[in-house]
Amino acid sequence: MDWAALRVSLWLGAGTIAILLPLGVWFGRLLAVREFKGKLLVEALVTVPLVLPPTVLGFYLLVTFGARSPLGQAFEALVGHSLPFSFQGLLFASAIANVPFVIQPIQRGFEAIPSDVRDAAASCGLTPWQRFARIELPLAWPGVLTGAVLTFAHTLGEFGVVLMVGGNLPGQTRTLSVAIYDRMQAFDDRSAGVMAATLLTISVVTLMTTTALSRRVNPHRA
Amino acid sequence: MRQILRDAAFTIRVRLLKCSCLALVAVWLLGLQEVSLAQRPPTIAAAANLNVALTEIAKQFERDRGMRVDVVFGSSGTLTRQIRDGAPFEMFLAADEEFPNQLTSAGLTRDAGVVYAIGRLVIFAPTGSPLVVDERLQGLSRLLQAGRVTRFAIANPDVAPYGRAAETVLRNHGLWDAIRPRLVMGDTIAQAAQFATTGNAVGGLIAYSLVTEPGVADRGRYALIPQTDHAPLRQRMVLLKRATPIVEQFYAYVQGAAARTVLIKNGYEVPQ
Repeated sequence: MDWAALRVSLWLGAGTIAILLPLGVWFGRLLAVREFKGKLLVEALVTVPLVLPPTVLGFYLLVTFGARSPLGQAFEALVGHSLPFSFQGLLFASAIANVPFVIQPIQRGFEAIPSDVRDAAASCGLTPWQRFARIELPLAWPGVLTGAVLTFAHTLGEFGVVLMVGGNLPGQTRTLSVAIYDRMQAFDDRSAGVMAATLLTISVVTLMTTTALSRRVNPHRA
Repeated sequence: MRQILRDAAFTIRVRLLKCSCLALVAVWLLGLQEVSLAQRPPTIAAAANLNVALTEIAKQFERDRGMRVDVVFGSSGTLTRQIRDGAPFEMFLAADEEFPNQLTSAGLTRDAGVVYAIGRLVIFAPTGSPLVVDERLQGLSRLLQAGRVTRFAIANPDVAPYGRAAETVLRNHGLWDAIRPRLVMGDTIAQAAQFATTGNAVGGLIAYSLVTEPGVADRGRYALIPQTDHAPLRQRMVLLKRATPIVEQFYAYVQGAAARTVLIKNGYEVPQ
């Protein structure tokens, strides 16, 4: 069992959520409530990582931020290491890859709130912020929760981008899913088996917890 | 309605508070992780044919010298690409001379490096496979003619020098065109060995160094391919510009007697 890889995986999942959740709530609500020109294009762009092969994302990230590109050289001069092949680079890639997983459920969550509820809240004299925090967010909460869990689970399972952008560095970019591949190639089927079972368990428990939580949030729906 | 909303709002606010706390803690720990990264052992990149031998050498190095290096295995081509894209490796042990020479021409290495080992290729058939192994590949040729080669494993010739050597051998025996639709290509020679030794292919042309371990050798039969059948697999290693003193010592250690013994035990020839 590669504990460092488990740690990298869990931090990557937590970090991706920490980055995407606030953004997702803001943008998901925006997409649900507002109508604007070019919304179709924006929605398509937000969803595109879902259908794009991870290699496409990996390719663009390496070309844009690799040591041979001006942007990559600027980043290295500023931070002291390159963005690809670092945990931060992995986090960046993971955040991009997970945008649809966080936006979509949150958008659906906010869309499900009838507009008269929002109007009623406004006519009660609540400020926009109060309306958001006390009425809309609680009602959209199952969507937010689903977004967070999907992001976490998807990050744990991410493989292609991690291998391309991360480069399998132990303790830094070697996630559990990459460690399994690595152990397989080293004829270490035992470790690979233990880690595969760990990943399976974490995924099942995560999904069960969400279902249980969303029932508690919304008891009358269960 | 309002009552329900107010109740829900209260529980949610508490939960939101908890969540934002968690997120803060997560961000903070990510910062901590950054600190701990600085103390990690240096990382070196090695061609996948070294998976067994170099792991052992690194362990011995740690025992003998009390210093640790982390080794990342991959195909020589992939690792070269990663080094050029800025991967933080301090040393590179390749499966050929061409890839490290590319890095030297790009000005990324200390010097031209040294040849540390010469590898060998074997034809391997897992237990239960109809393939008869021999150094002239006559068994493979017969099986091909009988149409009984379902899958045959080699490493991807574009990125893995052992794959390129395998292609040369198959071409020299006039088998390349016939076997091509049947080839499964591993990203690395280790993956090709995985295909060949687990019975997922009738056999494969793989690195001798990966089948010398008893646990793997027991999985089937193999025959050494004569070195004259392909360009010699002269394996060169280089120190990269960012190499730290620990890695400099490891570089010397790989050329020392202890490491040479391990290399020879794993089927490599070592230069004088």
